[in-house]
Amino acid sequence: MAASTVGEAEMNSASRGAIAGAPLVLRILAECPVSKARACDMTLPHCTVNTPVFMPVGTQGTMKGVTAEQLENLGCQICLGNTYHLGMRPGPELIEKAKGLHGFMNWRRSLLTDSGGFQMVSLVELSQVTEEGVKFRSPYDNKEILLSPEQSIAIQNSLGSDIMMQLDDVVSSTVTGPRVEEAMRRSIRWLDRCIAANRNPESQNLFAIIQGGLNSELRHICLEEMTKRDVPGFAIGGLSGGEEKDDFWKMVTLSTDHLPREKPRYLMGVGYAVDLVVCVALGCDMFDCVFPTRTARFGSALVPWGSLQLKHKQYAKDFQPIDPECTCPTCRRHSRAYLHALLKCDTAALHHITIHNISYQLSLMQSVRQSIIDGCFPQFVRAFMDRMFPSREQYPRWAVDALASVGITLN
Amino acid sequence: MKLELRGLAPGTRLGVLAGLGRSGTRAMEVPGCLLYTHCGSVPHLTHDTLDALGRLPAVTQLPLATVAEHQEVLEAFREGAAKLAGLHDTVLFCSLQDPAAPCPAGYNTSKSVSLWSAAGRIELTVPKYVAMQAAVRPDWYQSLADGDAQPAGSSLKRVRRSVERTLTHLDECVLLHQKTAELVGAELFGVVEGADVREERVRSARETAKRPVGGFVLDGFQSGVMDQALRAQLIAAVTAELPRDKPRLVLGVGRPDQVLSCVEGGVDLFEGFFPFVATERGCALCFRFAMEPDPESAVQEQNGVTEDGGSSRTEDPEHQDLQQMTRFEMNLNDRRYRDDLRPLVVGCGCYCCRNHSRAYLHHLLVTKELLAGVLLMLHNVSHYSSFFSSVREALATDRLETLKSVVLGV
Repeated sequence: MAASTVGEAEMNSASRGAIAGAPLVLRILAECPVSKARACDMTLPHCTVNTPVFMPVGTQGTMKGVTAEQLENLGCQICLGNTYHLGMRPGPELIEKAKGLHGFMNWRRSLLTDSGGFQMVSLVELSQVTEEGVKFRSPYDNKEILLSPEQSIAIQNSLGSDIMMQLDDVVSSTVTGPRVEEAMRRSIRWLDRCIAANRNPESQNLFAIIQGGLNSELRHICLEEMTKRDVPGFAIGGLSGGEEKDDFWKMVTLSTDHLPREKPRYLMGVGYAVDLVVCVALGCDMFDCVFPTRTARFGSALVPWGSLQLKHKQYAKDFQPIDPECTCPTCRRHSRAYLHALLKCDTAALHHITIHNISYQLSLMQSVRQSIIDGCFPQFVRAFMDRMFPSREQYPRWAVDALASVGITLN
Repeated sequence: MKLELRGLAPGTRLGVLAGLGRSGTRAMEVPGCLLYTHCGSVPHLTHDTLDALGRLPAVTQLPLATVAEHQEVLEAFREGAAKLAGLHDTVLFCSLQDPAAPCPAGYNTSKSVSLWSAAGRIELTVPKYVAMQAAVRPDWYQSLADGDAQPAGSSLKRVRRSVERTLTHLDECVLLHQKTAELVGAELFGVVEGADVREERVRSARETAKRPVGGFVLDGFQSGVMDQALRAQLIAAVTAELPRDKPRLVLGVGRPDQVLSCVEGGVDLFEGFFPFVATERGCALCFRFAMEPDPESAVQEQNGVTEDGGSSRTEDPEHQDLQQMTRFEMNLNDRRYRDDLRPLVVGCGCYCCRNHSRAYLHHLLVTKELLAGVLLMLHNVSHYSSFFSSVREALATDRLETLKSVVLGV
């Protein structure tokens, strides 16, 4: 049952997984003999990250109400900061003075920063894209700001993240026509400008972002061009923006088919449990999403069979923990009934649920990883789906198809 | 419960409340403050963050106002509020109103007292109140009291009625307490009222002391209600009437200067809400309480805590500390902290000061991030309980005057 593990020589020699000149070493520990899933150790300047990994999002240099120490105790090895937000407030000068984002938020492990480009989609009414970059009007002081590839990297260099993302020209995944190709081609040109602008190539990794919308041909071109560049890792971008799931998974699997085996693959903006498990099967290593922490703040706790809306009256006298099998600090001490009551009077209730949800995401990925190492990932996927859905009829069609495409059959 | 006092100068009290809790194994040093909670949870904090505080007060305060709407849940649970809240090793004191929330006057009747919960006003008769306490199952609780008579504007007649009603409520509480199985082993604290009328204060204290109570709650001395000189006189008059061997807890007094004045008047216990109200306005407690010119306080002076505290510039009407910043705090919303990379209080050993800067706290407040409340609360609770340690040390070494001048910065 052992997975086709990588040869001993490679396991023992970290340098074999090193990417020329970049501060990143990827060791592939195991690959699923059936699907494209793989388990790796990705060594970054601040710590080694076990993949597949879910990265919680700490937009403003904080993980909501969770302290850095709590996050570390949950086993989190890497989290995200948002360049757009941190660049606006408190600004790169202060963060640099505070010894980077690590020092400013006092986080000892790895950090990934986005480019600020995603805000082109989410704050589009405030922005205008030209070849030079993205023009924003600051919502804080109404000043016009140009976010160029050089500027984005300069800010990310000040933040000092372990992984920086290139500035890409993001178009909504539901947009079609020539704008998609323009954005893809511009993203390639901007990648070159980002690579040239990186002041710290020996301590900060720069990842490329594959674009091309939902058009396989454009994705192909982008993959072909970007994989010619010697970047330490690749992200699959432009998805998770409201497109059909059928289109989504096909773009993911097409991308992993063409990405180099020896470099990490980061699928941006994906965080629902089913999506995570399916996309691991499709060969992705890294994921991020605001969903688990955002939904916690609405009182929603994630469980292996879906979620619990703890504000609902049905939990008022339910004295079980959120998930009786969960070992997170919240589930070890508190009941659904107490959290239901506390939600009415103190924000600590949100912190309890946030901690549980982060713990849920991290331990899901830990189980995924262990099953890959143990060579039983397909069985894991079947058990996971069985627990998540009341019956096989309720399995989402796209997930069944996506898993079948990599040899994991569910029914 | 047994109060062991050390022989000290007359009037001042320093000692240990031993044999606490249903098991009788817990102890608390006095003077001391209680751990303030909402619904059994220290505001903003989870248990891991709370543990980072190290030594916590042995007694946790649960204002009934924050838990009253969950009576049915507690009755279904049957094991009390402490266990429901995941507080495994604490002594629970259930008080009536939330000291950090407004409590409008004018709603009490001869038979009922109004409780102000998140869900609105709840009218409590004594039977209803004792039934709620039975559901909460505290180790200590106060008797139902009519605390409506405010010094400003209350007629002598109203003040007398408040004392009278409170004694009647107490007698009824005592009767019901003895008949309630869930309250076996719990201590009932009698409430002293009387507003600003000295004779009524003395009468209330004397009469309450005749009842079988475990301790005394001094009501109507809240910061907003009367000035410090009058409070000091009345508290001295009241404590003179109370038996020496039972603890006295004052409601609604949290400012360090007022705490010191109450300690001089013979008060043992304080509610711990002051760190919370400071946190809610984005402030960190930064007043000094180290009596020796030790290295720590020397740095404190260097880093300009007093100067940054804004004490000399801020108008400091002492009755507004629920709404307005006091001289004992620094306001982290202030732009001057934008790029200040020092800890909140240089030399402070709390989690926040060991790990984060003023600039980070300023950033969290500006971006309205929830972590601001968590970190400020951690610092403020830690600072405040260190202040109480310092009060005890000052009493033990007969240096209360020194401590007063350090705290007041004179």
